[in-house]
Amino acid sequence: MAILECSGLTKKFGAKTALDDVNLSVETGRIVGLLGPNGSGKSTLLKLCNGLLTPSGGSLAINGMSPGIGTKEIVSYLPEQTYLNNWMKVSDLVDFFGDFYRDFNRSKALEMLKNLEIATGDRLKTLSKGTKEKVQLILVMAREAKLYLLDEPIGGVDPAARDYILNTIIKNYNPEATVIISTHLIADIETVLDDVILISKGKLLLTSSVDEIREKNGKSVDAFFREVFKC
Amino acid sequence: MTWSFTEDRPIYLQMQEQIKLFIVSGVYPAGSKLPAVRDLAAEAGVNPNTLQKALAELEREGLVYTQRTSGRFVTEDVNMINSLKTELAQEQIMKFLKKMEEMGFEKSETLELIKKTAEEMK
Repeated sequence: MAILECSGLTKKFGAKTALDDVNLSVETGRIVGLLGPNGSGKSTLLKLCNGLLTPSGGSLAINGMSPGIGTKEIVSYLPEQTYLNNWMKVSDLVDFFGDFYRDFNRSKALEMLKNLEIATGDRLKTLSKGTKEKVQLILVMAREAKLYLLDEPIGGVDPAARDYILNTIIKNYNPEATVIISTHLIADIETVLDDVILISKGKLLLTSSVDEIREKNGKSVDAFFREVFKC
Repeated sequence: MTWSFTEDRPIYLQMQEQIKLFIVSGVYPAGSKLPAVRDLAAEAGVNPNTLQKALAELEREGLVYTQRTSGRFVTEDVNMINSLKTELAQEQIMKFLKKMEEMGFEKSETLELIKKTAEEMK
């Protein structure tokens, strides 16, 4: 079953078209990479899925619903920018998420914080940029959601934490849930992905499984991407 | 044990080969239970569906089998594992011989050289 369906999805900002007639169907139980060069429309697509933007044309459905209260219950979103309050302690944020989301698994969040050696008594503003990103990702991944939308989740964290995060995504894998990860760091996440969605200049270029790309082209998705988007 | 993947080939094929290697080398002995898909996937850092595909292929070849409630096991057929071991060794030898041929060695010369090198290594 498709958890996410876009048909003719278009988003314009004034004269600029950020997404152009995107038709897309993402199945349940997949880990999907949303790939494309800077400014290709990745974040716009994720924002549309979260109702932070409204389409200029076409439609989008999550589990059959338009973005709204119903979809927010089943979608766990990591935005590209942090929205968490700087004065809060990590433990406050855990409580905050617990109050907000019925599917928040508190013990899972605390375990991940412990594994990454993040003290729950620390205030967010005292943490480094990378640690803040880790905290936010942990909160997002600790929900038992149906669809995780992660906008650049591993960009700012060190390689060891990156491995831990990817491992968390694998361990959390659930045939009922889909994870969509937008990133440039393809080589790092390639083995974790089922499928990739390639977009460029707002248009859908390709959807394929990772192994299909490797089989057809005899090269990794990373190498393939570099070839397609060679500057 | 470590898992590594090259860039140029599908990941499920490479998983399949590595698991074969772990079976013939006795990391997963005949008749033993394989780790759960989720754990194995996390250990190798690969997508669980990809691993599932690799295991399904191994199952088709008869090298592993699923017991409905208790998980996945390595075959108890020791002969099968041994012939796989020979097969994998032959593959390596053929690759090696081809490389030596490219360097201009006759097979007999290569054999001599192997003997000599092996003795020196003792």
